[in-house]
Amino acid sequence: MTMKPLAMRDAFLERLWRAMQDDPKLFIVSADFGSPVLDKIRADHADRFVNVGIAEQNLINVSAGLALEGYTVFAYAIAPFITMRCYEQTRVSLALLSEIRPMNVNLVGVGAGYSYVVSGPTHQCYEDITLMRAMPNMRVLSPSDHVSAAALFDACVASRGPKYLRFDAQVLPVVYDAGAPSAEHGFYVHRRGERVCLVATGYMLHTARAAAARLAAEDGLDVGVIDLFDLTRFSAEGLARELAAYRGVVTLEEGFRGRGGLDALLLDFVASHGTRQEVLNLGVEGGYRFELGTRQELHEQVGIGPEAVLRRIRAFVASRLPT
Amino acid sequence: MNATADELKARSERVWRETLAIHRRAPETRLASSLSSVEIFVALYYGGVLAFDAARPLAEERDRCVISKGHGSICMYPILADLGYFKVEELQRVCKSGSFLGGIPDPVIPGYETVNGSLGHGLGVATGMALGLKRKGSASQVFVVAGDGELHEGANWEAIMFAAQHGLDNLHLIVDDNRISMLGHTDDIVSHGDLAARLTAFGWTCEHVDGHDAGAVRDALLSQKSHSSGRPTALIARTIKGRGVPGLADAPLAHIMNPKPEVIDGLLGNAS
Repeated sequence: MTMKPLAMRDAFLERLWRAMQDDPKLFIVSADFGSPVLDKIRADHADRFVNVGIAEQNLINVSAGLALEGYTVFAYAIAPFITMRCYEQTRVSLALLSEIRPMNVNLVGVGAGYSYVVSGPTHQCYEDITLMRAMPNMRVLSPSDHVSAAALFDACVASRGPKYLRFDAQVLPVVYDAGAPSAEHGFYVHRRGERVCLVATGYMLHTARAAAARLAAEDGLDVGVIDLFDLTRFSAEGLARELAAYRGVVTLEEGFRGRGGLDALLLDFVASHGTRQEVLNLGVEGGYRFELGTRQELHEQVGIGPEAVLRRIRAFVASRLPT
Repeated sequence: MNATADELKARSERVWRETLAIHRRAPETRLASSLSSVEIFVALYYGGVLAFDAARPLAEERDRCVISKGHGSICMYPILADLGYFKVEELQRVCKSGSFLGGIPDPVIPGYETVNGSLGHGLGVATGMALGLKRKGSASQVFVVAGDGELHEGANWEAIMFAAQHGLDNLHLIVDDNRISMLGHTDDIVSHGDLAARLTAFGWTCEHVDGHDAGAVRDALLSQKSHSSGRPTALIARTIKGRGVPGLADAPLAHIMNPKPEVIDGLLGNAS
């Protein structure tokens, strides 16, 4: 039986709505951003919901104040706004302050990558992995379907400190119908293979899985696929062990290439773990664009569409990983 | 805690002197903006305004004092030491390696609630605290000391609108209205005009006070604390930046000026 896919935000907020019935410490603050499940929370837990209006700086400040008063806070807004509009509020009153005082604030951003397809670059978000990872105590979580998104809820409640969850705005196909990955490891191995391993995060996991299936069918090449959904606290030992089987690693992210995102993470990882793989980084090329198109068309234009990815992996394998 | 106005005045004089002495030893500290706020903090901590317990700085039942004008609050160091938040000897080590008393205070110092080296953050966080206290059913109240200069930061006005919307009458803003930021008089930079009228228009209850009359500041704060008006309150305390230091007081560049050691010694009556 296939599972009906849901929006990440609704699956996650459904967990919050249920948990709020038993845990009086849970609070959600929105910057005038909604969802069908948020409507239930607004109706059933009006005393622990507040809308600050279109005011992300105050979203972070109010969330910090509530957290200092003992609440476990979920701050909810569109991804580029909750990360970039209020970056210094996050740095000062979440990242810095949580080093001194116990706080639990979870930033829930909707609209990772190109997921607001026709809204253009203001609403698209290709810098957030870099920016949020720049704060060393910020946990950055990047799920790829609603099952893995919802499964992060317990980890958010259980562990203190600032976190950023980057959710897709679209309903994505279910990847984890057999069960959510353990939040503890921070990554999940979708397939093991030979020569090259694809390491993807968020939406790009779907592209990676599709590329791996075609490489197997059309090229007879079995590549590995890993979903790195915790971009900050994954098991380094576990990942090093997985990658040891490969001569090459390909990173796939819906963020600018060469600007400090997943690509930088993996390059640093390979360098500091001495695993010496050849690395190919696939990310958004060419800067900001205003063209309209489907998500797939936009992805092809910037080098991360299914065809572009396949072409570049094939070239990478042929030139740098000869048999 | 029912200090008389004269006692508060005498206390303010001591804190003023100790603040000068700290700056004499640690010229990295901001002196002028720390002298404009002396009476405000004396009224809060010695005037029976704040509920606090120095032995338990984060006690649940305390009133919260958020010091938004972080670097302009070095006068809090002698106050917190005197009240027992930390040992008085620590005042000798301000800005020294290993001390927790920096050029800009951080909440590693017992008694500081939030990070306020960067300006314009205190009021918003305090607003979240005030909302949290209300929702918890707590009677604790939140006091915020902010400079008029930092009210240029727009995030303050997001908080000001929000606090009025939610009737946060447990939130009390005290503006250290010294009218000077780094490069001169705020009226010449971006004027707040009639700040009280602006805050009132935003739904706050607003009063003026002479910010160097500690007794009057105390009386105004106690009155605001005890009246539940359904509105957040602001006390605009007119102050003088660098008060009492010749050449520094009310100088347009007071924020970044350091009086010469011999000037401080003269004021403190030190034998040189």
